[in-house]
Amino acid sequence: MQKANMVTKTGSQPKRTPAGLPGKWELFRRDIKRDKHLYILLSPYMLLFFLFTVFPVIISIFFSFTNFNMLEFPEWVGWENYSKLLWNDDVFLIGLKNTIIFSVITGPISYIACFVFAWLINELNPKVRAFMTLIFFAPSISGNVFFIWQIIFSGDSYGIMNGFLMKIGIIYEPILWLQNPKYMLAIIMLVQLWLSLGTSFLAFIAGLQTVDRTLYEAGSIDGVQNRWQELWYITLPSMRPQLMFGAVIQITASLAVAEVATALAGFPSVQYGAHTIVTHLMDYGTIRFEMGYASAIATVLFSLMLGSNLLVQKLLKRVGE
Amino acid sequence: MALRMKRKINRSWQVDILLFLLLGGFGAFMVIPLIYVINNAFKPLDELFIFPPTLFVRNPTFENFSDLFQVMKNSWVPFSRYIFNTVFITAAGTFGHIILASAAAYPLAKYKFRGHKILFTIIVLSLMFSPHVTAIPNYMIMSTLGWLDSYQAMIIPAFAYPLGLYLMKQFMEQIPDALLEAAKMDGASEYRIFFQVVMPLVKPAWLTLLILMMQMLWGTDGGSFIYSEQLKTMHYAMGQIVQGGIARAGVGAAVAVIMMTVPIVTFVLSQSQVIQTMASSGMKD
Repeated sequence: MQKANMVTKTGSQPKRTPAGLPGKWELFRRDIKRDKHLYILLSPYMLLFFLFTVFPVIISIFFSFTNFNMLEFPEWVGWENYSKLLWNDDVFLIGLKNTIIFSVITGPISYIACFVFAWLINELNPKVRAFMTLIFFAPSISGNVFFIWQIIFSGDSYGIMNGFLMKIGIIYEPILWLQNPKYMLAIIMLVQLWLSLGTSFLAFIAGLQTVDRTLYEAGSIDGVQNRWQELWYITLPSMRPQLMFGAVIQITASLAVAEVATALAGFPSVQYGAHTIVTHLMDYGTIRFEMGYASAIATVLFSLMLGSNLLVQKLLKRVGE
Repeated sequence: MALRMKRKINRSWQVDILLFLLLGGFGAFMVIPLIYVINNAFKPLDELFIFPPTLFVRNPTFENFSDLFQVMKNSWVPFSRYIFNTVFITAAGTFGHIILASAAAYPLAKYKFRGHKILFTIIVLSLMFSPHVTAIPNYMIMSTLGWLDSYQAMIIPAFAYPLGLYLMKQFMEQIPDALLEAAKMDGASEYRIFFQVVMPLVKPAWLTLLILMMQMLWGTDGGSFIYSEQLKTMHYAMGQIVQGGIARAGVGAAVAVIMMTVPIVTFVLSQSQVIQTMASSGMKD
């Protein structure tokens, strides 16, 4: 759709003055005055957005170079927090390792799952489609009831997983699923995947419904032979904007994993088996009150999110080539 | 070949069956935990402790729900207070977000003014980090404002989540410019155009924002901002009950059912409109 610039159409012409054309500052002032209604509409949201989102990011980056405990005035220490974080903090490295394992596995799986299920659901008839959308979307929307999995993987024989495995005779004694670092991370991944068909899944379903039908006809005349070619050459390129949006949402969610980990494995988890960057951040920020150090952790997390987002956006531009 | 000319291209039925088995299998994986918890909520005490555990309830009862209110009535804060807090925070936060995000989305979607590019870029960038990054500075801001331990600490920041503004802006771009120009010719002010022309046209987008904000606020536990017991939310209470262990399994399931019913029902009622908004969600490169 064409995006017309209505402002320039309705805007006033620069008034000629004896001194010649108005200066830069004069033009700026005039533009602001002309658009003042727009700024008034924007301001309540932007004020709060800057106060609670942009400004905190800036403070956080600033504090990451200081020693700050909320009581005394922050003391500038340069890169000290970062060097301590990366070279002297073994627990952070465990958290970093877990987060990376976690996001490298759950990120792509959940992203592909969102697409594959959206794609399969899209081929169903409308009534069944609505029903299946609900089934896949329900876990992510149902208000943090993932503690259900705590009951399923409960460590005694009343836990549904233990009960089931004991009944069919695979194990003879209940397993302490959520206390054993061997299983912990895998279970958290499973639960995170269960929760992950959210906003991007909906965006994909919607995107699929807007793909131009005539493209498929054109494709089949041009020699598209099977559904895989149809997917790669027609469907995916048509959905590139939604794919980008979905990637941002999924990457951010998979790098910020913490709620599920703390709810299921406890905080801190046994042998830090479920420790992530965000739980490390919570540890220093809300328990030890080492704000400068916690801010450095937050800044590392922020750079990771931004970096992987930009990387994936680059990759996605090549879809269908 | 007539077959070639049809829109349907070659599809092997083996792959069809495989794909739909996949769909069915994962659908079961998604829904069985929810079915299990719903059934648990209606299980009488003796059925909760059957070995091996059963998925479906045999003699359904409302005991767990009445127990919930019974147990919580005698506690210091009645359970109805947790329900009220959750409903209030969700309703106020969602309402404010829809109004403020739409008001800000309208200029961004329909006008080019000084700063529009940089503002939108910041919004898109802010989609790329999670609230955890800003948790600590936010705590300091709240304490400076004196908002700690109050409803507004949960409600006001919710007004300005970036995702809602982003989706609203993408959706508003589809409104034909001619419509707005016609309104302007008739002498309507920007505010009138916004409230009387634009807002009624973006109803599907409201419903989407409603679903997303509700899902988020409904599941909030008060975070690190709320300390008073009487201001805490249902999600927090649910956590406390679940901590009570196996003895409270039935009551815990009852709370979970109350928790999940509202967002799911809202989604079912607004599904088609939500998908319409999501269709415009894409990021152009």
